[in-house]
Amino acid sequence: MQLDSRAPTGPIEQRWNEARFKSKLVNPANRRKYKVIVVGSGLAGGAAAATFGELGYNVSCFCYQDSPRRAHSIAAQGGINAAKNYQNDGDSVYRLFYDTVKGGDFRARESNVYRLAELSVNIIDQCVAQGVPFAREYSGLLGNRSFGGAQVARTFYARGQTGQQLLLGAYQSLSKQIEQRTVKMHPRTEMLDLIVVDGVARGIVTRDLVTGKVSAHTADVVVLCSGGYGNVFYLSTNAKGCNTTATWRSHRRGAYFANPCFTQIHPTCIPQSGDYQSKLTLMSESLRNDGRVWVPKNLADLQRDPKNIPEADRDYYLERQYPSFGNLVPRDIASRRAKEMCDLGKGVGPEVAGVRRGVYLDFGDAVKRLGRDAVAERYDNLFQMYERITGENPYEVPMRMYPAIHYTMGGLWVDYNLMSTITGLFVGGEANFSDHGANRLGASALMQGLADGYFVLPVTVSNYLAGVKPGGVDESHPDVRRTVGEVEARIQRLMSIRGKRTPESFHRELGTLMWDYCGMARTEAGLKFALAKIPELKAEFYGNLSIVGSGEEYNIMLEKAGRTADFFELAELTCRDALDREESAGGHFREEHQTEEGEAQRNDDAFSYVAAWEFTGESLAPKLNKEPLSFEYVHPSQRSYK
Amino acid sequence: MATQKALTLLDTTVGKKAALAVSGVILFGFVIGHMLGNLQVMLGAEAYNAYASGIKSKPLLLWGVRTVLVAALLVHTVIVLELYGKTIAARPVAYKVKKHIATSYAAMMMKYTGPVLLVYIIFHIAHFTYPGVSFGDYDPIAGDVYANFVNAFRIPWVVAVYVIANLMLGMHLYHGAFSMLQSVGLSHPRYNNRVKNIARGLAFLVTAGNVLLPLTVFLGLAK
Amino acid sequence: MARSMNLVLNVWRQKNAKDQGRFVRYDAKAINDHMSFLEMLDVVNEDLAHKGEEPIAFDHDCREGICGSCGMVINGVPHGPAKSTTACQLHMRLFKDGDEITIEPWRAGAFPVVRDLVVDRSALDRIIQAGGYVSVRAGAAPEANSLPVPKLDSDQAFDAATCIGCGACVASCPNASAALFTAAKISHLALLPQGGPERTDRVRKMVAQMDAEGFGHCSSHKECEAVCPKDISISFIAKMNRELITAMSVAPNEIKSRSKG
Repeated sequence: MQLDSRAPTGPIEQRWNEARFKSKLVNPANRRKYKVIVVGSGLAGGAAAATFGELGYNVSCFCYQDSPRRAHSIAAQGGINAAKNYQNDGDSVYRLFYDTVKGGDFRARESNVYRLAELSVNIIDQCVAQGVPFAREYSGLLGNRSFGGAQVARTFYARGQTGQQLLLGAYQSLSKQIEQRTVKMHPRTEMLDLIVVDGVARGIVTRDLVTGKVSAHTADVVVLCSGGYGNVFYLSTNAKGCNTTATWRSHRRGAYFANPCFTQIHPTCIPQSGDYQSKLTLMSESLRNDGRVWVPKNLADLQRDPKNIPEADRDYYLERQYPSFGNLVPRDIASRRAKEMCDLGKGVGPEVAGVRRGVYLDFGDAVKRLGRDAVAERYDNLFQMYERITGENPYEVPMRMYPAIHYTMGGLWVDYNLMSTITGLFVGGEANFSDHGANRLGASALMQGLADGYFVLPVTVSNYLAGVKPGGVDESHPDVRRTVGEVEARIQRLMSIRGKRTPESFHRELGTLMWDYCGMARTEAGLKFALAKIPELKAEFYGNLSIVGSGEEYNIMLEKAGRTADFFELAELTCRDALDREESAGGHFREEHQTEEGEAQRNDDAFSYVAAWEFTGESLAPKLNKEPLSFEYVHPSQRSYK
Repeated sequence: MATQKALTLLDTTVGKKAALAVSGVILFGFVIGHMLGNLQVMLGAEAYNAYASGIKSKPLLLWGVRTVLVAALLVHTVIVLELYGKTIAARPVAYKVKKHIATSYAAMMMKYTGPVLLVYIIFHIAHFTYPGVSFGDYDPIAGDVYANFVNAFRIPWVVAVYVIANLMLGMHLYHGAFSMLQSVGLSHPRYNNRVKNIARGLAFLVTAGNVLLPLTVFLGLAK
Repeated sequence: MARSMNLVLNVWRQKNAKDQGRFVRYDAKAINDHMSFLEMLDVVNEDLAHKGEEPIAFDHDCREGICGSCGMVINGVPHGPAKSTTACQLHMRLFKDGDEITIEPWRAGAFPVVRDLVVDRSALDRIIQAGGYVSVRAGAAPEANSLPVPKLDSDQAFDAATCIGCGACVASCPNASAALFTAAKISHLALLPQGGPERTDRVRKMVAQMDAEGFGHCSSHKECEAVCPKDISISFIAKMNRELITAMSVAPNEIKSRSKG
């Protein structure tokens, strides 16, 4: 299949306007006849469901949480970018577009990114009107800060809870539509498969997580906003429930999966404290503004109280290797250097599975230089959070940090209209691959979720629906019943293995494998090893899985088993994509492809494309389809931080 | 919307609590006056009896006040009963272990001090006002409230009942003083503490005065 | 250095909404003091699964204290003994070897038990649906800076808006009242000019819904404030009361009759 991005041509400033004008419309009186399914209730899904409801469609929205307000968008701390230029510091839509393409290491589609930058300003208007309490100045006007190394202050924020406040805005709008009965909410309901009839998405199969009931929901269009797949690594900053099942099952039904190897690492997370660890907690990157990163020079000092290690025996390796940027080098560099130190055996903190994974982030100098009060003013809430989790007081003992998986840029391939390779299946937010290329800028995830949900999908889905007759397929259709049967058979298969290992233990083992061989730094040999190992583990899973209880009740082990089963398959594809991409770009670092200084080295001649993988069948190799990328406005360049 | 129009303030728990607060304020105000009036017992028989007959000489005022008080008491009682029924239904299964970490003893005791006070009020009215009862070796004399007072509080168990009941009233007022401000929505970060302290100070003064009253005979402040 | 401890848990087990439910004793062995409370339960659950027993169900998701999913009454206190902390952020170093811990679900008629420690909190969603929003369609918003909001109002609104909807306020309240939850949303929107046009209608509808769900009334015990992981103040309850009394006594009928006359 030839991938058609349907990206408009012409001057980039006019593309979205053109596209909107050319979009077909549905007569308001007819809208309620169209059934729209939205999977996920985060910033993208919640905003989309609310907006479809406002437009008058008949919407059903699904989430696995007990309330749509709990989607994982809620955990975003930092902020949301928008090209408002309220600070008069030279920002513009074009500059945000430029920064995003460059930040994505030239692996994103220019048309999409421009649209995102353009819509960023509307998002802020929308959220403020909903009552989102963004930070304000004494003038009563909105405040901004510079985030993630940006040269302009374009980030809007709400204390450390920007994600929560934006999500509550979307949730409130969604709640209004639920009250008005344009949206029917299905909480504690998990999508387990996509219903495709004659090549067109016509609904989903779900399992009620409380009763275990499997049912079909048919619709005229299906919109997936089900988030990213960071939990394939088991330990990540994602919520425990985040999973790939909705996207993976759709992939198996014909939606291409794009760039799965583009995964983002966040350099400052609280390290693992033991093998029982269930998730990792992110600490704001702002800590690197004043904290100094170091490890002991001598292996003998690793278990020594860091306070007693003299200055001369400390290796401030970032300051040593990058004299001009020091501790403020970009996320991926900071992350890889930390990993290197720990791999050399210089890590600090508790030993987990034989390795100490942690480096010091020391505020001793900052306290001396600025005084304890000034440090407290900037970081006290973070310090408290750190102390709550680790039991150590960062004013006294240096913090320990280690990188963790934070966001996944890859996802289902979509065209400019956010439609996947399955007609009638749209994908928004982190679930799609579209706007961030190989790496996402700080404070841009929230922007993309809301742009998709409030402004893009309502236009493009309407355009699609205008060409569809409503209500073509109902639950008695043989393809619908067949899909339900397949889901039931899959649950039955998992339930009937009756082996000895819990789903949790398989997930954990898979995650460790992925982190070790497909994590921050990847090699051909490591990826090949993982590709040999994953099928073995998967075979053991299907031979030795144990689930207590039955499928017809609330069963947390069954939920976990189904998600883990899909992670196995996604893990394989991720490794394959990472192996195939013989370059380093953004979040994907291949050790074979680095400059002499250890920097990521892109290969634009060979890899300036989107890798869109096609499912070809059980245990068959996936087929790679390429969407070539061309850059008319922002020309690829190599970065340097030395 | 029809359902919205049908709904009145008193249909809501918030409205009921406000009514509880308003009736509470009336009763609170009364006990302050009642305490101040009766403390005149320490000025001697003449002054105290004059105070009593002064009240009696204005029947319109007297019955007006009495009507308002009975109404307030009725409202206070009926609403509490209504709310209490809802509260029982709001938690059908109790906790096995439940710690209270912020509330006061006074607040937790409201559901006991309330009914006790109701019984005490009836007792107190019967004791001194209508019909006037003697628990000792004397007959109540109509018009000589001073003598009735002194005779009544010569009896130790009567003193004990009054002291205990008034300590309970103190607890009731202590929580009520704060709660009624919340219920009617009087809250402002700048004045909150001041207003609460004034209300609680009043509760304390009323209690102190009311506990002192039955003790006056024993302490020799009234003979 | 990490400590290891053995604990005894008394956990509420209930198969589904119809089941009677009962407490079951479990030994939690070799618990590392760096574990979070939920990680301790994970360990117990893995152990149960190995023995072929059904794991203890509890709601949880972000495990960072922001999604509001988790919640259980730990030794009589919702979210456990640490102040301003959700159960997922509670760490085992606050407990000691040999401790006996009783774990119960939120108890309220409006929060029926789904299974074990999982309760149905959809009543809170319905309170928001009744009016906890500003009716602004996507695309209808004016330019964000066209409506300045005094910083103090904005900050105060924020203090109310931090509510994560966990339901600990209801669980802790001797009356199982949802006043703090409801008041937080009413106050958040009432403090901002954006919430102005729907202000009176909002408070009436939300309070009516709160009552209809079967929550108790507020008796100013302050238990909710004490267990709230986001430290939301009960002065917002006073604000809600003020809003409702104003809405139902002076507005809007009074205003209508005045404009007619």
